[in-house]
Amino acid sequence: MVGFNALVLVCVAYVAILFGVAFGADKRAREGLPGTAWLRGPWVYTLSLSIYCTAWTFYGAVGYAARSGLEFVTIYLGPTLVLVGWWWVLRKLVRIGRAQRITSIADLISSRYGKSNLLGVIVTLLAVVGTTPYIALQLQSVTLSFSVFAADRQEGFELLDLNATALWIAAGLALFTILFGTRNLDANERHHGVVTAIAVEAVVKLLALLAVGIFVVWGVAGGPTEIARTIDASPISDWQMNGGRWASLTFLSAAAFLTLPRMFQVLVVENVDERQLATASWAFPLYLFLMSLFVVPIAVVGLDILPKGSNPDLFVLTVPLHFDQDGLAMLSFLGGFSSATSMVIVAAIALSTMVSNHIVMPIWLSLRSDGASMSGDVRYLLLISRRLSIGGVLLLGYLYYRYSGGGAALAAIGLISFSGVAQVLPALVGGIFWRGASRNGAAAGLIAGFAIWAYCLFLPSFGPEGVISDQIMAHGPWGLEWLRPQALFGIEGMDPLVHALFWSMVVNTSLFFIFSLVSFPNPLERLQGAQFVNVFEHSGATRGWTRGRAQAEDLMIMAQRIMGGGEAQALFEAEALAQGKESYLPDTTPGFIERLERELAGSVGGATAHAMVGQIVGGASVSVEDLMAVADETQQMLEYSSQLEVQSEELSRTARQLGEANKKLTQLSIQKDAFLSQISHELRTPMTSIRAFSEILRDGGMDEAAARKYSSIIHDEALRLTRLLDDLLDLSVLEAGHVTLHPQPDNLSDVLDRAVAATTSVGEGAGIEIRRNPVHEDIDIFTDTDRLAQVFINLIANAAKYCDADTPRLKIFVTKRAERLHVDFIDNGSGIPPESQAVIFEKFSRLSDQAKAGGAGLGLAICREIMDKLGGKVAYLPGQGGAAFRVTLPKAPLAAG
Amino acid sequence: MTPPREPLFLARQTYRRRRVADAARLLPVIGAMLFLIPILAAGSGDGATTARGGIYVFVVWAGLIVVTATLSRPLSRRESEADADPKETRP
Repeated sequence: MVGFNALVLVCVAYVAILFGVAFGADKRAREGLPGTAWLRGPWVYTLSLSIYCTAWTFYGAVGYAARSGLEFVTIYLGPTLVLVGWWWVLRKLVRIGRAQRITSIADLISSRYGKSNLLGVIVTLLAVVGTTPYIALQLQSVTLSFSVFAADRQEGFELLDLNATALWIAAGLALFTILFGTRNLDANERHHGVVTAIAVEAVVKLLALLAVGIFVVWGVAGGPTEIARTIDASPISDWQMNGGRWASLTFLSAAAFLTLPRMFQVLVVENVDERQLATASWAFPLYLFLMSLFVVPIAVVGLDILPKGSNPDLFVLTVPLHFDQDGLAMLSFLGGFSSATSMVIVAAIALSTMVSNHIVMPIWLSLRSDGASMSGDVRYLLLISRRLSIGGVLLLGYLYYRYSGGGAALAAIGLISFSGVAQVLPALVGGIFWRGASRNGAAAGLIAGFAIWAYCLFLPSFGPEGVISDQIMAHGPWGLEWLRPQALFGIEGMDPLVHALFWSMVVNTSLFFIFSLVSFPNPLERLQGAQFVNVFEHSGATRGWTRGRAQAEDLMIMAQRIMGGGEAQALFEAEALAQGKESYLPDTTPGFIERLERELAGSVGGATAHAMVGQIVGGASVSVEDLMAVADETQQMLEYSSQLEVQSEELSRTARQLGEANKKLTQLSIQKDAFLSQISHELRTPMTSIRAFSEILRDGGMDEAAARKYSSIIHDEALRLTRLLDDLLDLSVLEAGHVTLHPQPDNLSDVLDRAVAATTSVGEGAGIEIRRNPVHEDIDIFTDTDRLAQVFINLIANAAKYCDADTPRLKIFVTKRAERLHVDFIDNGSGIPPESQAVIFEKFSRLSDQAKAGGAGLGLAICREIMDKLGGKVAYLPGQGGAAFRVTLPKAPLAAG
Repeated sequence: MTPPREPLFLARQTYRRRRVADAARLLPVIGAMLFLIPILAAGSGDGATTARGGIYVFVVWAGLIVVTATLSRPLSRRESEADADPKETRP
């Protein structure tokens, strides 16, 4: 007999291995190490789908078979049919999920129907109500399986406290989910750690069930023919088929497979490649096939061998224990444990995404008067809300387990939960195949279906002490017989589940159609409808935004707060590059705003992203051309217009480049004009004072002190002249390309140290507080570090000179990118206005008056030339809350020369 | 086996793939019908036993898996080619 302590030990070790697997997979995938391709391959994907097989199916299928024979198999036949028909529905769902960056089933429904948050909220609530009892069921099954091992151990320890066990399990699951499920904010990104751990658990549970099955067939019964004889001799030998239940359960499991939040998460959200689906289309039915192959044999052997009255739900454990197969029992225990934990983890991730995107974010957004361009870090808020939601979902599950008292009432909840989430099916399937499906139809269908399900199936499941009393069950509310929860409209004799499923689906679908037919969708809804239904014809972006008054800088500030600085800057830079601009700020074309919105939707969901972008862009978002493009279905027209579009895009890109070049040239010519007057002015001012004071000195007749004062003025002015000439010389040498570099190995931190020391010691830089992060700076570089230090000194000195904050502060950030190194200098002043950002790197460009600057305006021009020579660049970085400059260094060592 | 000769008919490859896709669409319908046949059998009398019914269900199931696997190969090839189509990969 396995000791309880040994059991706990094995359990903890198994969990530790899972943590290790998740951590390793996450790390490898993040660092892009070689040999991680299989993480994205079809096999891990197929195995991750196995979260469909929860503890309810692992333990419960055998119990189900012991009670009603073959009927258990319908739970697997539905998903098999869905996957076999992947070409119809799943392929389209996956394509839509990727094109629209869908984060959850609630997000899909909300995005399809005009990014309506109302629908998002309804689906989220439905999912939470439907999933909570299911999580409770998983907790129950794990604690029950613990108690099987503990029950036979009278000596040594007391019968363990089941509630405490359930609490510990829930807490452990919450920890795992928070650690690996909320790593990255982009819910559309793959959770490699979680998915890989789940794949491992899938293998464990399959092996466990197969091992028990093989043991039962060949070890106990003595071969397939013997087992057939045992089946014929068992109480379930006659196939008592209830045709209605058989068909309904097959339909129900197929519907639930598509609409369960956790299934949607692994099927669509975690999918990275449609080819994964092609493999899963046969490999996952095979998995289900193997999972159910030995269910009936185990059930009949259990019924045959174990004493009457033993719980058939635990045959998978108790049969091996009966034959003293401790190892096998342990494996089977781990299988059940795996089934329960993997389901709970993915369900918690899916629900937390839905709750935070469709409930927390909209509330928070509407509470803030200043809207999306607010201060504060949205990423942090989102992560916190997601983590809290995970904790909340698991806590709800635990409380449900505690107060429903476990037992048989809970065991029936599996199918009840299925029929709850299946209410999403009409809106889902209608949404992706029928353009006429509208928001009102979806809302009416969902609400009605949900209500009927709750009234006929969910509330009665609490028993007579719950909401629905015996009185109501027998005679209907207020004595209205035709409203009896299990015999609506007087149709009696139906199985309660079939009854509730039938009525809820019929009413749901009818209302969905009727309301869709009579309502008129708004423009955005029609656009999205066309996008979803015709996803294979044009997967290009919707032109949802007209050129508004959006400021690129505002958009960037918002994007940085949601996606994080690095990703947002990369996105904006790439877009600017595609438009042929050299800055970080692209033009806010409708196409770009649409892309940005989609990127944001990957983090916060479609409806919220739309609302946030809408607050900045403002105004109507759908133009007449967009609607015409949708209405016009002629293929040639579409092709012709897409060709035109490509051409006009090309043209406008060229025009933009030309315009920019022209603007720059005009400004340069003005600067050339200014150059002469500047240089003569620069030379003349010191010359005048030198001449004046030297005349005074020549005339003599003054005391020693005055003479010294005058000559020191002459000296200072001469120095200033020299400096100016040095700078000019330096710049012309750099520009002419005659410069010799002296690359040497050094540490970035040391170079920065030297630069900071050089600036702060002079005095002008002493007034500014410099913040650095020595850990990030510790990077070995190979470049001309003297020149690099010169750039740094210039930037620090500039910040010290021009930063107009009361307590000037300069932050120096170092970030590593794949091929580059970024050194950002960000001060807390008022920054540089957009119209000046293009000219600050030109010679003699000074923004403030000369008196304050005290330089000739050559510093940044020199910086730019130096960075060019070093193979990097220096650029102004907008949207950082002050003046910010980014020095980009290539990581590859600089060649000497 | 020698590889098939270069098709005379230009769009033959495409034609074949479309028909494979048709077959893939039909498959779940056939599967559903086969899985529902026991309902008819159960009504006809007491001939059905769990052992025989179980064998029927599992044989149909295995058949579906094999056919799906056969069809999924050409279909997934078509997917990857479709992805290479520039029109489809526009951002």
